[in-house]
Amino acid sequence: MRIVVLAKPVPDAGQERLRNDFRMDREATTEVINGNDEYALEAALKLVEASPDGGEVVLLAMAPDHAQETLRKGLALGAASAVLVTDPALEGSCALTTAHVLAAALRELSFDLVIAGVDTSDGGGGVVAAGVAALLGLPYLSYAARIEPSDGRVRVRRITPNGYEVLEAPMPALISATQALGAPRYPTLKGIMGARRKEIVIRTLADLDLAGARARGVEVGGAAATARVTGSRPRAPRGTPKVVQGSPAEAAQEVVTFLAERRLI
Amino acid sequence: MAGAIWVLGESKGSDLARVSAEVATLGSALGAAAGLDVVGVVAGASPDGLAAEFARYLPLVHSLAVPEAAETAFASAVGPSLAALVEREQPAYLLVGATSDGRDIAGILSVLLGWGVIANASAILWQDGRPEVEVSILGGKLLTTSVFTGQHGIITVRPTSVTAEPLASRGSVVPVTVSPEIALPAVTVVSRVAEESEAVPIDEARVIVCAGRGVGGPEGMHLVQALANELGGTVGASRAAVDSGWIPYSQQIGQTGKTVKPRLYVGLGVSGAMQHMVGMRTSETIVAVNRDAEAPIAEVADLVVIGDLFAFVQALISALQARST
Ligand SMILES: Cc1cc2nc3c(=O)[nH]c(=O)nc-3n(C[C@H](O)[C@H](O)[C@H](O)COP(=O)(O)OP(=O)(O)OC[C@H]3O[C@@H](n4cnc5c(N)ncnc54)[C@H](O)[C@@H]3O)c2cc1C
Ligand SMILES: Nc1ncnc2c1ncn2[C@@H]1O[C@H](COP(=O)(O)O)[C@@H](O)[C@H]1O
Repeated sequence: MRIVVLAKPVPDAGQERLRNDFRMDREATTEVINGNDEYALEAALKLVEASPDGGEVVLLAMAPDHAQETLRKGLALGAASAVLVTDPALEGSCALTTAHVLAAALRELSFDLVIAGVDTSDGGGGVVAAGVAALLGLPYLSYAARIEPSDGRVRVRRITPNGYEVLEAPMPALISATQALGAPRYPTLKGIMGARRKEIVIRTLADLDLAGARARGVEVGGAAATARVTGSRPRAPRGTPKVVQGSPAEAAQEVVTFLAERRLI
Repeated sequence: MAGAIWVLGESKGSDLARVSAEVATLGSALGAAAGLDVVGVVAGASPDGLAAEFARYLPLVHSLAVPEAAETAFASAVGPSLAALVEREQPAYLLVGATSDGRDIAGILSVLLGWGVIANASAILWQDGRPEVEVSILGGKLLTTSVFTGQHGIITVRPTSVTAEPLASRGSVVPVTVSPEIALPAVTVVSRVAEESEAVPIDEARVIVCAGRGVGGPEGMHLVQALANELGGTVGASRAAVDSGWIPYSQQIGQTGKTVKPRLYVGLGVSGAMQHMVGMRTSETIVAVNRDAEAPIAEVADLVVIGDLFAFVQALISALQARST
């Protein structure tokens, strides 16, 4: 079982900052692998471990060069190698062109499954994975809470707004992962040491075959982004909260009055 | 109808999803500001019923039958037909709820049409001849505005961004068919399971009582539920409560759960970790109950009750009951 995990390096929660041109500042903050992509990685590692004929997990990211450091964290958890697509021209890419770049990079890899996260914490919209699947003609099984491969097919329990559905498709396929798949493992010292020797393959735009994108009239890179942030302002602060102490009955009475004033009860 | 604004309607179970009605209302206001027609589209195996419901909010709704959607995964089944319809009718913009199906469709249509996506809109204005989309990012710390660089685009809209308003008179439903040239690989639906719940889904709820680790266990959860019942709300949870197995993941609020924007959020024994707050800080009114006066959730709260949540919640339930009798 060979699995490629789409793992986006993102600023750690709470540390995100926008630059003056309204792009995410990816230099000044420590980065981590996007939370949902860590669930994807954990699910992938478990599937490979359970697979009778072994296999391996490969990470794929499109990110600035310094993201190698973040990818090492995924290698420390057990991924065998990583591919980093990095090029100054990609800075400021939109979701559509990101999907084209990831699809082009995946065309050069062999896999039974691609697992992405359902969305990213740095402002992503949960659309890239569906786009990649459509571009590559891969069956797309999203919002996975459970992944069960057998005999060249894969079953996914997909979370829906009012329950779940069980989906099935032949492999290779692309799956998007939720937290319901299970918490990621912690890196071991051995894993961290071993990660230093694992390979991170660097690919630039010139290395990728983007004929597929061009055939659709899509240019990739920040200059060709289909959407752009034009402004940002901090949300008006709420002000200092009202603090209620005292006996439970007194506190309850105060809260009832507060809620009634705001017409919430 | 070239240049129109289209709104995609989706179902929840057999009903129209509430977010679709909201997006229709948002789209109508945008259309009025832009001087553009606003048209609904419902795609599915037998979309007419849903389209009729959607026509309560829009003057015209296309009902696009895609028989394959009966037993194959929704977005892959309807994506190519929707793309073909868009190419034929040439609307300028497409609006859809930022739900699981809505995001799947947005991602697929984006690559099939070559249109950009602006995700998670909380408001859309018409400025300089194009939509200017307001998005609350980084868990509501910042409000950004975004535009498309081209003439087209797809906007996903967060649930509860506006209040849905039906039209004075019902619109009309027009059945349409297309024969798409491409198909996406079929994904078979082996079974669909609806988990019966009276409660409003967490991302649509107007009142949420959120259980944190401080609730302590199943017994505490009963108390949380009792307060939610009293307030007419839905029970939500922090990841700590979900990881402890007290409540399903579907109710989780935060970075890897749902983003919510209720009128009232009551956090019980929730500390307010950044990954939780990104999912709830844009709630209209936030009340936090915590025995730790230093808990970070106070940073975003309008009212903080410092004390033991068990004693307080029991007293609050009694006070609410006394009030209503
Ligand atoms: C990648 C990633 C994604 C994550 N995604 C999410 C997410 O989507 N949603 C989420 O919620 N978290 C998420 N987390 C976890 C998050 O970091 C916190 O661990 C979690 O939110 C803590 O939950 P809590 O506030 O319930 O628990 P705690 O932080 O343990 O807080 C419990 C609080 O209850 C109070 N308390 C205890 N007993 C009582 C009592 N009797 N009366 C009153 N107060 C009491 C305590 O003072 C404390 O403040 C994520 C973490 C990671 C790494
Ligand atoms: N630059 C990227 N590098 C690697 N994977 C990505 C990238 N952008 C998005 N993805 C994958 O697509 C998923 C959805 O991203 P998004 O649509 O941006 O929210 C993520 O969880 C990742 O698995």
